[in-house]
Amino acid sequence: MDIFVQQLINGLTLGAVYAIVALGYTMVYGIIQLINFAHGEVVMIGAMVAFTVINALAAAGMPPLAVVLVGTGCAIPVCMLVGYSMERLAYRPLRGAPRLAPLISAIGVSIILQHLAMVVWSRNVMAFPQIIPLTTYTFLGAHITGVQLAILSICVVMMAGLALLVYRTRLGTAMRATAQNPQVARLMGVDVNRVIAATFVIGAALAAVAGVMVGTYYGVAQYTMGSVLGLKAFAAAVLGGIGNIPGAMVGGLLLGVVEALGAGYIGDLTDLCRYGLGPEASCADGGHFVLFGSNYQDVFAFVVLILVLVFRPSGLLGERVGDRA
Amino acid sequence: MKNSKLALTLLAVAVGLIGCGKEEPKKPAAAAPAPAAAPAPSIEIKIGHVGPLTGGIAHLGKDNENGAQLAIDEANAANIKIDGKDAKFVLVKEDDQADPKVGTTVAQKLVDAKVNGVVGHLNSGTSIPASPIYSGAGIPVISGSATNPKLTEQGFKTQFRVVGRDDQQGPAIASFLAESKKPKLVAVIDDATAYGEGIANEVEKTLKAASIKVLPREKGTDKTTDWKAVLTKVKGKNADAVFYGGMDATGGPLLKQGRELGLKAVFSFGDGACTDDMTKLAGAAADGLLCSQAGLPPQAADKKFLDAYKKKFNVDPIIYAPFTYDAANILIDAMKRANSADPAKYLPELAKSSYKGATGQISFDDKGDRKDAEMTIFTMKDGKLGPIAIIKGGKTTSFEDFLKSAAPAPAAAPAEPAKEAPKAEMKK
Repeated sequence: MDIFVQQLINGLTLGAVYAIVALGYTMVYGIIQLINFAHGEVVMIGAMVAFTVINALAAAGMPPLAVVLVGTGCAIPVCMLVGYSMERLAYRPLRGAPRLAPLISAIGVSIILQHLAMVVWSRNVMAFPQIIPLTTYTFLGAHITGVQLAILSICVVMMAGLALLVYRTRLGTAMRATAQNPQVARLMGVDVNRVIAATFVIGAALAAVAGVMVGTYYGVAQYTMGSVLGLKAFAAAVLGGIGNIPGAMVGGLLLGVVEALGAGYIGDLTDLCRYGLGPEASCADGGHFVLFGSNYQDVFAFVVLILVLVFRPSGLLGERVGDRA
Repeated sequence: MKNSKLALTLLAVAVGLIGCGKEEPKKPAAAAPAPAAAPAPSIEIKIGHVGPLTGGIAHLGKDNENGAQLAIDEANAANIKIDGKDAKFVLVKEDDQADPKVGTTVAQKLVDAKVNGVVGHLNSGTSIPASPIYSGAGIPVISGSATNPKLTEQGFKTQFRVVGRDDQQGPAIASFLAESKKPKLVAVIDDATAYGEGIANEVEKTLKAASIKVLPREKGTDKTTDWKAVLTKVKGKNADAVFYGGMDATGGPLLKQGRELGLKAVFSFGDGACTDDMTKLAGAAADGLLCSQAGLPPQAADKKFLDAYKKKFNVDPIIYAPFTYDAANILIDAMKRANSADPAKYLPELAKSSYKGATGQISFDDKGDRKDAEMTIFTMKDGKLGPIAIIKGGKTTSFEDFLKSAAPAPAAAPAEPAKEAPKAEMKK
């Protein structure tokens, strides 16, 4: 039981990070139907900037919490700037172009950002200074660290904040109007370009926080970290229904939990010796014959994704909108 | 519009003219030194180096490349003459991204560029598919870091390596783990690469032979940073030791997360994760880690090499640089002895090499493996990796005993390169 709870906690923490990153994908897609493949790189830049600041301040001997806050405080504006310039330089000029063009442009931006980061921060793995004392709480027999608790609570706060922004403010109304129909929104006096830029900037700020979270959690950051994370978050956004904000949150958490449980149990469940089916040579003396090991962790997550899409092509919470396909 | 086009055309013509004008006087100028150099004609010898310069272990790739570069620079400074000509060595650097597909492409590129020899690749996973390409072209290759046994088991006469093999290293770390920690149940994890899986297989074999129970293999990838699910499972099974076959960028998070989950097991790694970066990557969690390296520890490498490396690149070698340095030097040495840079001519000399390098005495067996490769076991204590035992030919000696037996004056030996010579002789 405690192992199951532990896997659930592992999965929720991972899922919370996926969810925050997935929000960036889904917001941009919701408004301009562009899959911003460079979003993962923004997360990476957030982590790298924060690490640089944190490493510098930690050496100066500031208190750990203040160091992390200042690091995040520096990462957010940098990422916002990256998000804004990305939109201004790579996507706005292609606003009227066929949909494939901005997609290719996004892939290009992703490669450029990754290599820029390689030039700036070198290829080495950057380590998070060991300043946060390892505090572990026991919950139903499972270990949960202070960092994990922080990630989960920050994630909840950010999601609530974003929901407030989208559903309760003028900007949010403008964003939803633009998502529904940009032409009509423009006729109603909405500055569509500004709204789109704001969406990118908000997504980038979320990405910066996600970058700091993921960096602090694993203790490492590297210029390649954005691509896999971005891909998983993209999958989470699709799982929840791309373009749908609550969908991204649900999709992210679900993907994280499925991955953790998959890695934790798939090996045991496919151990043929348990069912008396494995070859005798390997099963003798409590041996094992495992069909699918934990290396199928990612496969497991994507199989779930495919199954969901087969039965609900628009994702878990996505609406069926034919004209956008 | 018309005007601007005209202007452009004019500009183009003007540029063309200037270009031509500039080129004309250059030609005789370039030709002029040639007759002057004629009495001592020079020969350009291209040595390829392949390692990942981008991707997760690019830092190790750069370390390898630096090692080879240092050897090339020193050779150029030494004014070596081959076949009566001034030899000018050039390092052709290629990036294989630690990807087997790219590895073969890059190997073909080096063959097409007619390199005289190759140092690399870094990974076993890229070295193995690349080796038939070099063999087909008759170009000698020496890897300074690929430890998978399969590399030299394919029967290619052109393939060499200056590090030990996983089937020497795996048993070394496994038997040390079994003897010193006496675990009852061990979890073996790998990163699903040729290297990680290879060494993990050897460890599992040795542990099972010592009648220690081993859990079904757990795997991540060479990009995995989240090991919590796997480690939670390991914890649930109450394993008292963990072996991980993989690199430091993934091993660090693995170690850290294991401690966060309250896993009390002893962690042990292969050479890919046996680097000083482990302290940075895992912090205090790294204490008590056991890990192995093929060959002698970098700090036991030749002092002259360590100083030269530090001076040139302003960093310390991470792990394999002394090996790639030796690999490049052995190529050059064989060319000198054969008095030719033609692969067909110097290859027999290369196979007969007996070279005293930064990592000790190097000679090759029939397969191209390094003879008498030592394995070193390290442990992490107070944030520093320190050698604790040397394993050679299945025999374990503690590091102090090894130093004592190897050099009469252990205190002086590492400090002075001059006194290193007798130490190397004794080892033989």
